Amino acid sequence: MHWLYVVPTMIINFVIVLIPALLTVVLAFCNFDGLGMPTYAGLANFQSLAADRVFWVALGNNIIWTAIFLVVPMAMGLLAASMLLIARRGSNFFQIVYFLPVVIATVITARVWQGMIYSPVTGVFGLLKQYGIPITNPLSQPSMALFGVATVDLWHWWGFLCVIFFAALRQVPQEQIEAARIEGATYVQMMRYVMLPAIRPTIMLLMIMTVIWSFLAFDFVYILTQGGPALSSELLSTLAYRNAFYDLNVGRAAAAALVISLFGLVGTFFYVRIQTKEGEQ
Amino acid sequence: MRLVESRATLFVAYAMLSIFAFIALFPIVLLVLNSLKPAAQIVQNPLGLPETIRWENFANAWKHAKFSRTFINSLLVSGTTIVIVCSTSSLTAYVIARKKIESWKILTFYLLATTTAPIQLYIFPLYFGFAKLGMINNIFGVALIYSAIFSPFAVMLMRTYFIAVPKELEEAAIVDGATSWQVFWRVMLPIVSPGILTVALIIGLNSWNEFLIATTFLQKQENTTAVIAFFLLSGQYSSDWGEIMAAALIIVLPVVALFVFMQRRFIEGMAGGAVKG
Repeated sequence: MHWLYVVPTMIINFVIVLIPALLTVVLAFCNFDGLGMPTYAGLANFQSLAADRVFWVALGNNIIWTAIFLVVPMAMGLLAASMLLIARRGSNFFQIVYFLPVVIATVITARVWQGMIYSPVTGVFGLLKQYGIPITNPLSQPSMALFGVATVDLWHWWGFLCVIFFAALRQVPQEQIEAARIEGATYVQMMRYVMLPAIRPTIMLLMIMTVIWSFLAFDFVYILTQGGPALSSELLSTLAYRNAFYDLNVGRAAAAALVISLFGLVGTFFYVRIQTKEGEQ
Repeated sequence: MRLVESRATLFVAYAMLSIFAFIALFPIVLLVLNSLKPAAQIVQNPLGLPETIRWENFANAWKHAKFSRTFINSLLVSGTTIVIVCSTSSLTAYVIARKKIESWKILTFYLLATTTAPIQLYIFPLYFGFAKLGMINNIFGVALIYSAIFSPFAVMLMRTYFIAVPKELEEAAIVDGATSWQVFWRVMLPIVSPGILTVALIIGLNSWNEFLIATTFLQKQENTTAVIAFFLLSGQYSSDWGEIMAAALIIVLPVVALFVFMQRRFIEGMAGGAVKG
């Protein structure tokens, strides 16, 4: 009767996740304002998305966002983790400090950056301007807003990667490190030829997770810029949210959600493949 | 392990670690510093030490964000979620880890896939379904959603703890005539209880901090969580940044204290659930 053990988890998951997800697929082909009954609309929602400039801007922003997150926090995390490996004392302390932003709620992180750093009135940026350093609030500039928001998310996020990298690096077999040392490898060479190849599975997994997460990114954009100014920081997630709850065009939101999920799905496919492969070893 | 001999390299390493620590701590220091200042002093210099400490910031924040109500809401949401997730996920994780049913592979695959499923894929029908059932503004409805979203992660993490339990223990109990339920309840659960604590901490943190679901499903200020009350306070009710930062500190402090106290569990849990197989 062991299958009974999985029933509670699965019932909750089916009611909250699976059934609504299937309904989203149906809704994407319907007109639905959230109040009446959905009516069949064929491909109209997808056509309206494809014809909308905002959709393509959001998709482009999502791709830029993904590119940033594949490079910057990965590099920061790896660099810090490799330095933690050298430092014998205090690595625990530094780990706690780097992880601290991860446990702070997104809303609070967003407001601290918005008010205490970016703001020209109450923030550090305003102070810098007083001292003649030409710097303006990135959130109010179309050319900078996306990067301004991404910076906040990066600060919130990179410590998580660092801690995982550090854990992975510490599991590299001692013999391999010794062998490289005996052959006189420098630290950089050791990283390049011994450590990084050894933690490749971890790097791969985190890159896949990054792609998936990038298409789910929502909190910081919604709180800081709502996609503005002039759509410069709009992401697919905020577009879908606005379509559903502000424009009451749920069918279109569902169509956008399917596009987001498509990227998630491709990532998930590789993620699950790597995870199950490793699990069977 | 001694990786590097030279003092120069060691110096460079510590210098870089300190720069990273500065990056991580700088906004947090600003948060603490400015939570103690009157608004006028923040405008003068957000980096300066408070000339006069304004404790009223905390009292005002507490009142305006309705924390005496919304904090309890947050505790209720997190507590309910922890109870539901820990009790249901440990059952599922046990079955998957010990391959007790034939479909464990399909189940693992499904749960792994849902750990990465985008919220946008199901939030819209879920919202309108909840609205039809009159479940909007219902704290326990939100706890149920969190339970569904977080439990695949919890199952995967808890599975690693069940796998680590020696098979002999289970076999010995069966030889002694224990039923399957007794094996799970009396033998397995006590051994994996540290894992359950880790899962409880991670799930508690995630539901305490969650934004998208809470802001969508809880719309009246009285019925919302502390984090959303903070969002509303800082969005429209107040432009006094001293008060806003005080409200932020009130929400962050218990989490940070818990994290520093139990950091190993937090880090191990979050890293383990995301990366390990």
